[in-house]
Amino acid sequence: MIETRNFRILRNVVLTILSLWVAIPLYVVVSTSLKPLKDVAGLFQWIPREITASPYLDIWTTVPLAKYFQNSLIITVCATVCSVTVAVLAAYAIARLQFKGKRAFSLTVLSTQMFPGILFLLPLYLIFTQIRNLTGLQLQGSYLGLIITYMTFTLPFAIWMLSGYFASIPKELEEASMIDGTGRMGALFRVILPVAKPGIIAVAVYSFISAWGEVLFASVLTNEATKTLSLGLKSYASESDVFWNQLMAASVVVSLPVLIGFILVQKHLVAGLSAGAVK
Amino acid sequence: MTHSALESSPADAGRSAPNPAPGQPENVTAPPARKPRRSFLPYGLILPAAILEILIHIGPMLLGIWIAFISLTQLNLTNWLNAPFVGLQNFINGLNPESTIGQAFFSTVGRTLGYTILVVGFSWILGMAGAVFLSSNFKGRAILRTFFLIPYALPAYVGTIAWAFMFNQRDGAVNQILVDTFHLFGDERPFWLLGQNSFGAMIVVNIWQLWPFAFLMLMAALQNVPNDVYEAAAIDGASLWQQFRTITLPMVRPANGVLLMVMSLWTFNQFNIPFVLFGASSPKEATLVSPLIYQNSFGSWNFGLGGAMSVLLLIALFIASAFYIRMVLPKGADND
Amino acid sequence: MKNPLKVLSALTAVASLALGLSACGGGGAAASSDTITYWASDQGNSLDDTAAKLKPSLDRFTEKTGVKVNLEVISWTDLYNRILTAVTSGDGPDVLNIGNTWAVTLQETGAFEPVEGALLEAVGGKDRFLKTSWSTGGAAGKTPTSVPLYGLAYNMYYNTKLFKEAGIEKAPVTWEEFVADAKKLTKDTNGDGKPDQWGFTAAGASVSANSHQAFIRGLQNGGTLFDKDGKPTFDSDPQVAGVKQFIDLMANDKVMSPSDAEISQGSQKVDNVINGKAAMMFDQSPLKNFDARGFKDWAVAPIPMLAAGATGDAGTQSHVAGINLSVFKNSKNKENAIKLAGFLTSDAEQVALNKSYSSLPVVTGASSDAAFQTPEVKAKNDALANHSVPMPLIAKEGQMETLTGTAIKNLFAKAATGTVSDADIKAALKDANNQMAAAQ
Repeated sequence: MIETRNFRILRNVVLTILSLWVAIPLYVVVSTSLKPLKDVAGLFQWIPREITASPYLDIWTTVPLAKYFQNSLIITVCATVCSVTVAVLAAYAIARLQFKGKRAFSLTVLSTQMFPGILFLLPLYLIFTQIRNLTGLQLQGSYLGLIITYMTFTLPFAIWMLSGYFASIPKELEEASMIDGTGRMGALFRVILPVAKPGIIAVAVYSFISAWGEVLFASVLTNEATKTLSLGLKSYASESDVFWNQLMAASVVVSLPVLIGFILVQKHLVAGLSAGAVK
Repeated sequence: MTHSALESSPADAGRSAPNPAPGQPENVTAPPARKPRRSFLPYGLILPAAILEILIHIGPMLLGIWIAFISLTQLNLTNWLNAPFVGLQNFINGLNPESTIGQAFFSTVGRTLGYTILVVGFSWILGMAGAVFLSSNFKGRAILRTFFLIPYALPAYVGTIAWAFMFNQRDGAVNQILVDTFHLFGDERPFWLLGQNSFGAMIVVNIWQLWPFAFLMLMAALQNVPNDVYEAAAIDGASLWQQFRTITLPMVRPANGVLLMVMSLWTFNQFNIPFVLFGASSPKEATLVSPLIYQNSFGSWNFGLGGAMSVLLLIALFIASAFYIRMVLPKGADND
Repeated sequence: MKNPLKVLSALTAVASLALGLSACGGGGAAASSDTITYWASDQGNSLDDTAAKLKPSLDRFTEKTGVKVNLEVISWTDLYNRILTAVTSGDGPDVLNIGNTWAVTLQETGAFEPVEGALLEAVGGKDRFLKTSWSTGGAAGKTPTSVPLYGLAYNMYYNTKLFKEAGIEKAPVTWEEFVADAKKLTKDTNGDGKPDQWGFTAAGASVSANSHQAFIRGLQNGGTLFDKDGKPTFDSDPQVAGVKQFIDLMANDKVMSPSDAEISQGSQKVDNVINGKAAMMFDQSPLKNFDARGFKDWAVAPIPMLAAGATGDAGTQSHVAGINLSVFKNSKNKENAIKLAGFLTSDAEQVALNKSYSSLPVVTGASSDAAFQTPEVKAKNDALANHSVPMPLIAKEGQMETLTGTAIKNLFAKAATGTVSDADIKAALKDANNQMAAAQ
């Protein structure tokens, strides 16, 4: 919009309010994570009386956080990579190829967004059990089960965003490449994918964030060996004791990888969305 | 959403995107459709996605629907394949509006609807405000943009537990600001997580987590509005509000269609936030549908009843979505 | 890369390889014949603390039998759902801990080994166990499917410093004395006209703790949660009277801080007693928290009854609290699983484990150990052995706890923000009663 004086004043007011609204809870988390437990118990202190790094050291022993970290990393990275791969293929077909059942497929995939997670938590487990009984493939309590679950959860939105993005890429680019004899798939990999980088990054970020923070399905589909980080956070608040400062410190640790990655690709994210999903 | 997104190419004719992807179309209004060749390629391409969707989404959903028609309790969990078929019994037992459980269910659906409207509405307003004011260039814009997205990037559990900590009546930061600093509520510390207030508290937490998503999508949509359009409007004497109404709003309408629908579905099915804020049993005034279903299936190990509730919900969501797609989205598609 | 299908298959291969690799990498708890899996509940200050305290016992077991134990400590919030999935899939641990109030529900699934034959022999017969604890193993008249492991019981813990300041010499015995003392202990210490020290504290938002009090107070007043035919009677007069006594602590007697209505975790009320914000509380085992905070100014007394020396149901001070142990019927290694059940309930291990978790031995042979002769343990033991009744042994126990506990939680919330009339209490319990009746 045009920057009149009024606009600038209004902008400063609105942005200040929004910043405070975002910042206060974040400040509470970070400041609490730096307080000794005895200072956390009483009335909230905006300026910590005493600052200590010990919650950040203790979190690793109260709960086997390092192992959860590793689990989460494996599961989330695999789910993200696979989800993007599968979504790229499907989105390309939808954006560029004509085939029977395309509309039905797209609609079905998108309609899954309306299923309440609660509805298929137990059924999914039952199906995994049947698969185990029939094939011996262990899907409960293994990385594999959670990976395919998460990648599927993010697929509908990913396919939808990517197909929009692919559709926005001029067909001439591919056609030139296909004339050079690369074939359709060659064109997809050599021409479309490099051009679609921002869209792919946007989708990857979305998949990563969704999988990294999920707890409901993780609580049923993991065991001690495969427990994820977000789930591990709950362990700081057991029935017998709540370690608020450690919980907050662990929250910071859990959030950091997502935040850093997010900040790194954030520019592409907006570009990806603006060309793909949002038309 | 599907009309616009999946079947037609975006005709971004005449837009001068400030942030175009390399090779962005300059003028692709209606490329001639090519004669489709008979090929297995498209099916090969969608096969992995189709398998996964069937395995993880469709299959479990069908099984979930089936469960609504059987009696699945602790008595036959170990042998659930042979659980007795009871027809509509679960629906009759649980959803009879005369019965206590039925009343609870229907009033919960109504409450969840109100919740969804409030959360999505406020998230959209905040997201829009952020997007509009961050679309102009000024110092610190990039930093603020990243900063505003943090609540969305945080794991849901972290954001919610932080708010739960702040909402504590005696020691929490919220009452410290409102009561100790600003002396509101006659110096009486309100309970944010009890009674009627808990509904509001839950809405606040959900908005905090959801608005950055609206912000992100709307910001992306606004990238496509060239500044000279505003300039022209300003020269014509349009006020800020008029510029917003006549230029900004129409520009984000296509994005809005899908954004509002996705946000509504996510919010309507919200489970994590009440579960972290209130544990397995929410206050009466703040019970949403998903926690209620959880309580009636996992809490009591009576999965038929929970299943019946889920199925009713699914039907309602399906009708609402279909209606929405028909009524609202084609308008957006027209702009393509 | 001319053939698209080639590319596709290559891609799929890469993807499945990635999946396969990660699958191999994780969750591979190899089930060899000399390893059994044990799910333990969280009895310590944290999951790790629980595991560390259990480890010496499990090491001794491995040394003695050559059987390795793959231990997984599961938080209370997750345990019920994990058992559900184990029951459904038939794919569970060999041995597991359960909350003893779940025993009948789990018994009905048929997924757990009945305590008879080899299992009964391994635990040494039922006469070794405290009668009250043993009775929680399953529905009356059926072969139990769980054996007691840790015993717990409610007692009243109080801050002796606050008692001294208020000039109270000895702990209250009757409910009337209790309320009177609590009133003396409720005061404004900083002069702002509002009390900041309270006579009593409780986790008003804890569903399970509330349901226990509904049960106990109901019995003391001559009520029951279910009549002889198994029909719920949550809203019977004595039951309403009992719940009213509990709610009144906040609503009418004003000896309980309104902020307690928000406490959902037991540890927060323990903190209140430690910090001197409240004088008395009902708890099962706050000792680990006391120790962790270095708190020494406490003493213990029985839960007050309506009349001193009451016996029978009127003398109820606690439900038979505790944790039971079950053997999974589907266990591939039942022989060793039964061995572990026998080992953990042996006198020596009962002493060691209950000492480290500050719970009560459930076998009479261990109770005489020097570790259990402190006044605190003796008081708990007396409550468990002589003044406790098992929560109703019905399959819908979980739902009963949820309904009664939530009703009380909502009543406390109402008391904290306004007033609670007798009609409110009656209406809340009636509503819970209807839901219970509908669920049955």
